[in-house]
Amino acid sequence: MTPGGYAGKWLDVDLSKEEIEEFSFPDETLEQYFGGRGVATKILWDRVGRRWSDLDALAPENPLIFATGPMTCYYPGARICVSGKSPVSNGVVGSTAATEFAVDIRTAGYDGVVFTGKAEKPVYLLVTDEGAELVDASHLWGLNGEKTLIKLNKEVRETLKKRKPDVGLWKEPGTMYIGPAGENMVRHAAVMAKICHAAGYGGYGSVMGSKNLKAVVAKGRGRLPAVNAPESVYLLWRKAHRDCMTNTTFRRWGTGHLGYGCGADTSSEPVRNWQEEWHDEKTMGVPHYMDRYWVKVKWSDFNCTTNCMKVSCIKAGRWKGDITDVPDYELQAYCGTNLGIFDPGDNIHISTLMDKLGHSGINCPNTMGYAAELYQRGILTENDIGFKLEWGDTEAFDRLAHMMAYREGIGDVLAEGTYRAALKIAHMKGLKPDELLKYAVHVKGIEIGAHGTRSDKDYTQDMCYAASVQGGDHTSTVTDGYSDMSGAVFQDSAVFCMFTASPSQELIFDFAKAVTGFPITVDSWRRVNGPRIVTLQKALLLMGGPDVTWEPVKDDDNPPRFYEPLPTGPYKGMVTDRERVDIRTQAYFETLGWDERGIPKKETLDRLGLSDVDPLMEKFRQ
Amino acid sequence: MVKPLWIARDPSACSGCRRCELACSMHHEGWMWPEASRIRVFMPFPGLEVPHLCSQCQDYPCVEACPVEALSTDPDYGAVIVDREKCTSCGACIRACPGTVPYLHPGDDKATICDLCGGEPECVEVCTEAGYNALTIVNEGPSVHRKLYSRNPVDTARDLAVNMFGEKGEEVIE
Repeated sequence: MTPGGYAGKWLDVDLSKEEIEEFSFPDETLEQYFGGRGVATKILWDRVGRRWSDLDALAPENPLIFATGPMTCYYPGARICVSGKSPVSNGVVGSTAATEFAVDIRTAGYDGVVFTGKAEKPVYLLVTDEGAELVDASHLWGLNGEKTLIKLNKEVRETLKKRKPDVGLWKEPGTMYIGPAGENMVRHAAVMAKICHAAGYGGYGSVMGSKNLKAVVAKGRGRLPAVNAPESVYLLWRKAHRDCMTNTTFRRWGTGHLGYGCGADTSSEPVRNWQEEWHDEKTMGVPHYMDRYWVKVKWSDFNCTTNCMKVSCIKAGRWKGDITDVPDYELQAYCGTNLGIFDPGDNIHISTLMDKLGHSGINCPNTMGYAAELYQRGILTENDIGFKLEWGDTEAFDRLAHMMAYREGIGDVLAEGTYRAALKIAHMKGLKPDELLKYAVHVKGIEIGAHGTRSDKDYTQDMCYAASVQGGDHTSTVTDGYSDMSGAVFQDSAVFCMFTASPSQELIFDFAKAVTGFPITVDSWRRVNGPRIVTLQKALLLMGGPDVTWEPVKDDDNPPRFYEPLPTGPYKGMVTDRERVDIRTQAYFETLGWDERGIPKKETLDRLGLSDVDPLMEKFRQ
Repeated sequence: MVKPLWIARDPSACSGCRRCELACSMHHEGWMWPEASRIRVFMPFPGLEVPHLCSQCQDYPCVEACPVEALSTDPDYGAVIVDREKCTSCGACIRACPGTVPYLHPGDDKATICDLCGGEPECVEVCTEAGYNALTIVNEGPSVHRKLYSRNPVDTARDLAVNMFGEKGEEVIE
C-alpha cells in the first residue's frame, strides 16, 4: 500500500521518443527523501550520478522534474517544486512556485513528472484522469506568458469539454509555462504560472526551452490522495490555517511593505546594483501601491489563507494594462531600487515585463543592474549597448529586458546571467576576470535575493548565501546546519509555502506524520533526512560542470561587494565580517559532517546511506 | 417556520483559496476532493476567481427538467436535493440550469448540487472565518431574483475583468 499523502505514480516523459511511461518509488525512498526537492535530488543522482560533470544542463539528457510532496494541497499553501541540473549553478536547485498545477497533477493521480530528451517541435504535456499526452504547441511558441495562459485556458477547456461534454462545466486547468526568455534559453529564465508566479531560481525555464517544452498542463477530477490519519490531518489543517490568519502583516501587505522598509530601516535592499543598500524614498511606501494599483488586496493560492498576494493593475498612463501581483518585496527591489527606479508604476511595469517575457524577476534585473553599473563605470558604452543605460531609465531597462529575452546584441551576452556575462565581457574588453567579477552579486552563479548582509539587520547574515547549496537563493539561506534542515529543506521537500509554515515545528511535523504515517520527527529530519538531501546536493554542486565548476573554500564566499563598507544610511561603514563568515561556515560544515573545505566526509556519506557518492568526492579532498 | 436561506456571493472578494471546496468535500465526501465540491471556484484568468454554486432559482428549472423526479427542493431552506438512487446521470438538470451549475460527480457520475449542508453551509463558515466574506448567508425575501445569479462563471469573469482591470479586462479571457 502506498504511504499516505502520495498518489503513488510518476510520469516519465521521453520527449525525443514521444514516449510516456509511469513509475513508482519504493516506500523507503519516499520515507528518506519525502518529495519535492528531496526526491528530485535523488532522481538526479540515480539518473545522472557519476556523469554529472559532463552533462550540459541544457542538453536533452538533463532530467527536468516537476515534483509535489506528500503535504502538497493538505498543508496550507500548495506549491510544486521544479528541479533538474541547474544551468545556472550546475548543481541542484529545488525551485518552488504556487500553482493549481500542483493540485491538478495530484488529483489526476500523479505525484510528479520527469522529462528527458528534446521534442522535435514545440509541445506541451496534458495530464488528465485518463493519462498523459503530448500536444503540439507550435501555435504557442513565441507568445508571451500572459497570452500563452489566455490561449491555453481556452484551448484546454474546450478540449476537455469535447471529450466529456456531458459532465457539466470544465474548470480551467492548472498550468506552468515559459515565455520567450525560456524559449531562447536565457540561462536564468523562470518557469511561470498564473501570469506572475514563478519558479525563478535555478533557470529551469531555459531547461524547458532546451527541450522544446512550452508548458505543462493538468486537469484532474479525482480525490486528493488518501492520508494515514485523516481525522488528525483535518484538525491540524484547521489549526495550521489559524496560524496563517494570525499573520496579519502578510495578510494585509504581503511582503509589499518592505520595498520601503528594507531600504529605510534595515538597510539591506539592493540599490543600483548593491552599490548602496539604503534609501529613504517614500514613494516606495506601500500605500502608494495599495491606493493606486491594488485591485485585489486578498489574493490566495490553493489552500492558503495567508493571502500575501495582491493583484496590481495599471489603469492609466503609459503602462496602462499591466497586471501583476503585489509586486512582492523581491520585485519591488530588483525591478525597482536595484535599477534606480523609485516609482511604483514603473516598478510594476518592469515586474509585469519580467512575467510576460518569462524572465526571473530577481535574476534578470540583477544582471540588468550589473550591466548598468558597468555602463556607469564606462566599461560598457553606449556603443556596446545601443543606447544610454542610466539608472532609473525605465524605458532603457524595458529595451534591455527584451534584448535579453530575444538574445539580441549585448542581450545575448547578458542572457548568460551575471557571472557568465562578467567573464564574457572581461574577454570582450581584454580585462582580467576579477576586474569584472567584483561588481557581480551572485553566489555559485545564482544572483542573490534582495536581502543584504552588511547591515546585519535583516534575516540574512554573514554566511547565509556563501555556504548554501543553492547559492544566492534567498528562500533557502543558511543559518546553522541543524535548524536549517527543518526550514526550507523540509518545506521544499514536503512542498508547501514558506509563508504558510506555522511557527510551531511541532504542528508541522505532527502534520507530516499524520499525512504519511512515517515515524518522522523534527529531530529525525534535522539529523538524518535533511542532511541527506543537502549532502547529496552539495556533492552534485561540487561536481558541477561542464562549463563552470566552483572551487571549495574560494567560491564558498560572498560576492566582493558584501565586503565593501555600506556608503550611506544609518549603518554607513558596516561590512560583512569575513572572519565571522569563515568561522560560521566551518561550523556549518562541521554540523553536517563535511570536512573543513566543505567536502562530505566518508563516514557522513556512509551514515546517510550515500556510500556510493564517496568515490566521487575523493578528488576534491586534499 | 424556517426562512429560505441563500448564499450571497461576491466574486470580487473571493481570494481564490478554495478552502470552500475542501470544506464542502470534507462534509459531503469524507475527504478533500475539489472537483466533487458542491461549490467550485473557477479562475478563467488569475485574479478573477468566481465561486460557482446553486442559486436556488425561484422556479427551479433543474427540478422541472429531471425526467425521473430525482430532484426535489428542501422544504426548510429551499435547497435542491438529489436522490442519488433515482438519478440516471442523463444531464437534463445540467442543461436546464441557466448557469450550468450541476455537474456529474467524478466518482459515481450522479448529478451533484449544493444542499446548503442542512442549513449550516461549511463553505460559508470557512470563508467567513478567513474574513473574505465572498460567501455570506442571507435570508432573502422574494424581491431578490436569485436566478440572475445562476451564470456561467466565465461570463461572470468577463464582467469582473473589466471592473478590475478596466479596458485591459476585455482582453484577458478568450
